Amino acid sequence: MFWNLPYVAVVLLTVIGLATILLKRNLIKIFFGVGILTSAVNLFIIALGYREGGIAPIYTYAASENMVMATPQALTLTSIVIGVATTALMLSFAVIIYKTYGTVNVDEIRELKE
Amino acid sequence: MRMSKIVRFSADVLFGAILIFGFYIILHGHLTPGGGFQGGAVVATGAALVIVAYSYEEVLHMIKKAGLMLQESAGLVMFAGVALIALGLGTTFFFNYLANSGLLFGMSVPFGPNPGELNTGGVLPLMNIAVGIEVWGGLAIVILYMLSGISKAEEA
Amino acid sequence: MIPGFIATNAPALLIAVPLLGAFLSPVIGIISRDARALWVLAIITLTAIIGYFVAFLVYTEGTVLYVFGAAETALTVPPDSGGIPIRIIFAIDAMSALMVIIAVTVGFAVILYSLSSDSRRSGLEAYYTIFLLMIGAVLGMVSTGDLFNFFVFLEISSLASAGLVAYKVERGLAVEAGLKYLLVSTIGGIFFLFAIGILYGQYNALNIAMLAEVIQWTPLDKLALVLIIAALAAKCGAVPMHFWTPDAYSMAPSAVTAMLVVASQASLYGLFRICFTLYGMTLSYVTIGWVIIILGLLSMIVGVTMAIPQKDIKRLMAYHAVSQTGYMLLGVGVGLAVLGDQALLSSYGTTAMEGGIFHIFNHAMYKGLLFLTAGAIIYQVGTSDLNRMGGLGHKMKWTMIFFIIGALAIAGIPPFNGFASKFLIYESVFAFSPILSIIAMVVSILTLASFVKVFHSVFMGPPLPEHENVKEAPHTMLIGMTILAALVIISGIFPEFFIQNLIAPAANALIDQAGYIATVLGGA
Repeated sequence: MFWNLPYVAVVLLTVIGLATILLKRNLIKIFFGVGILTSAVNLFIIALGYREGGIAPIYTYAASENMVMATPQALTLTSIVIGVATTALMLSFAVIIYKTYGTVNVDEIRELKE
Repeated sequence: MRMSKIVRFSADVLFGAILIFGFYIILHGHLTPGGGFQGGAVVATGAALVIVAYSYEEVLHMIKKAGLMLQESAGLVMFAGVALIALGLGTTFFFNYLANSGLLFGMSVPFGPNPGELNTGGVLPLMNIAVGIEVWGGLAIVILYMLSGISKAEEA
Repeated sequence: MIPGFIATNAPALLIAVPLLGAFLSPVIGIISRDARALWVLAIITLTAIIGYFVAFLVYTEGTVLYVFGAAETALTVPPDSGGIPIRIIFAIDAMSALMVIIAVTVGFAVILYSLSSDSRRSGLEAYYTIFLLMIGAVLGMVSTGDLFNFFVFLEISSLASAGLVAYKVERGLAVEAGLKYLLVSTIGGIFFLFAIGILYGQYNALNIAMLAEVIQWTPLDKLALVLIIAALAAKCGAVPMHFWTPDAYSMAPSAVTAMLVVASQASLYGLFRICFTLYGMTLSYVTIGWVIIILGLLSMIVGVTMAIPQKDIKRLMAYHAVSQTGYMLLGVGVGLAVLGDQALLSSYGTTAMEGGIFHIFNHAMYKGLLFLTAGAIIYQVGTSDLNRMGGLGHKMKWTMIFFIIGALAIAGIPPFNGFASKFLIYESVFAFSPILSIIAMVVSILTLASFVKVFHSVFMGPPLPEHENVKEAPHTMLIGMTILAALVIISGIFPEFFIQNLIAPAANALIDQAGYIATVLGGA
């Protein structure tokens, strides 16, 4: 059970992230929720990649059968980079929205609704 | 907003150190954890530091948006170009044609415990450098644009 | 004619050319605006040529494989990897080739169109960079044979699309729409990544063919499929996750909207690819098939009923896009629901899938055309409000003709292509369940009614005094529309040719899971 701790954390983070996105009315807080959700999925993939007794593939002297495959790390890294791009874009949208409407509260900026 | 003389001086000194640290991470990307994106992000934090320490107008004199944009494009084109050269050599896109070739970054990886040989990795270091250049330009431009948004909002 | 290394590396060039063109366009833009326009045009022409070439190869010689970074292009399983396809591969089969054709055709038409429609705006260096990036990402999504690579291209297309939706930055509404789209697609992307993690954790593979060979339908696989369907259905704008569509489609520049339609269809392609090729026979096809059919039905009904009261021309068309997506889901969903029953599959299942897939092709053409005509009207009149238009038929004859072609095609009137695909869907779905077919026909009639109303309020009636100086749209815009209109007419008059040569191979490629696995993994 103890070794499932990372997965418990993943579930908790997912719930917290989704709750933040759905319940908060402040755009910046919604972005926090997206960030938490991204962290949850990153932690999930990293936790999947853990092998007991495995050796990082940067040491040339290790026996090759004990080396772990670096794919989960590569996936996480890519996901982090995408997360950075998404966050930057979302924040710049928030800057423009604040300039236009003078608020970042989602209840007050819904002009598209008909 | 312009910070005090002490802050600005510290920023000037630290900027060089941050730059060197970022370049180190970019260049050793194929040996140690890190690489083009991480190193480029570190270098961009140097730009962020300068922006925090000085006022927006002063920063605009120091860092040119057009130059950063050019730098971003140059990094991306270098990345794609390095991958495209492989097509001319009769192999596939992204093929590592420099590895073990004896040319630039072309040394074979020595076996056994070693501190890491910089001259290995084939096209990987080149790609790291390309990505580093691109991320440096791209993130610095993002920070600059966001700052310009804030300064205008405060005036209004 | 074509140098050997270009021919063998065509799948890689398919994404390398638009990406390289995207990165260089700001640099070229420093020289002059015209140079940049020429450069963008050259890049999209080259991409289109490569795209047609790849599609030609696929339709004549079968699935094209391309392994990135390998010593040979078809070396999917390197000898020293222990039987695991370790590299990123592109596996372009007939279904992917069809999507490539759609993407490059619409991409070429909309770039041509936007050269004049958006020439009045500022910030164009970023505009064309992001536009080419989006086209490259869509091409990557439909070509890749790797689950994670699909996710990366999905995210690139989301970011690029969101940036383009918010392109009219001076209007806060556009940014709001872009933010909505970005939030939906980011959360969808995270769900998709969770699904990838679940599959990778169980089977240690990311390659679609490799996963398809070993997949079990464990409870975790079911969870992964649910996450994937939720993510991709949200991205393709199916009800109940359709709320971003009207906002994003109506706020984006019209050329972008036409390309957004293709981007949503690439997500639809991903959904079908994962249901058919990745899970295939292991999933309980009746249940999942019905889930997709119900999603389709809801999209059809909700889309069309929401469209009728709209007063904004592009918002109205956006709701119709939701409704038309429903037809594709319905057609392919029926095919999925009878996947395990060979007799039913050959009696109507395949036909239903052909109808659904043909509708993807047709929808991209006529919906793109309709959005482009809407863009031309807005460009000349300066408003998107239907109540403030009228009598434009005299001033914009060509736009009116193109609008009629698009409107009749979307309503399923012969001899336009919408009729051909809808007829296939009615016929085969009737054999599956008559009530579904009747609903589809009713939705079609409502679509026609709605477009008659739009046609009347835009083009008919007395010319309004404030539109005294309205002229016909510029030539490049008309050429862009002509390309799509010609395809609408040709595929409407000769549907048999298109179905036999393009659509049926694509439908069979989706059904033939074993063939896909054998092609990809048998290469070594």
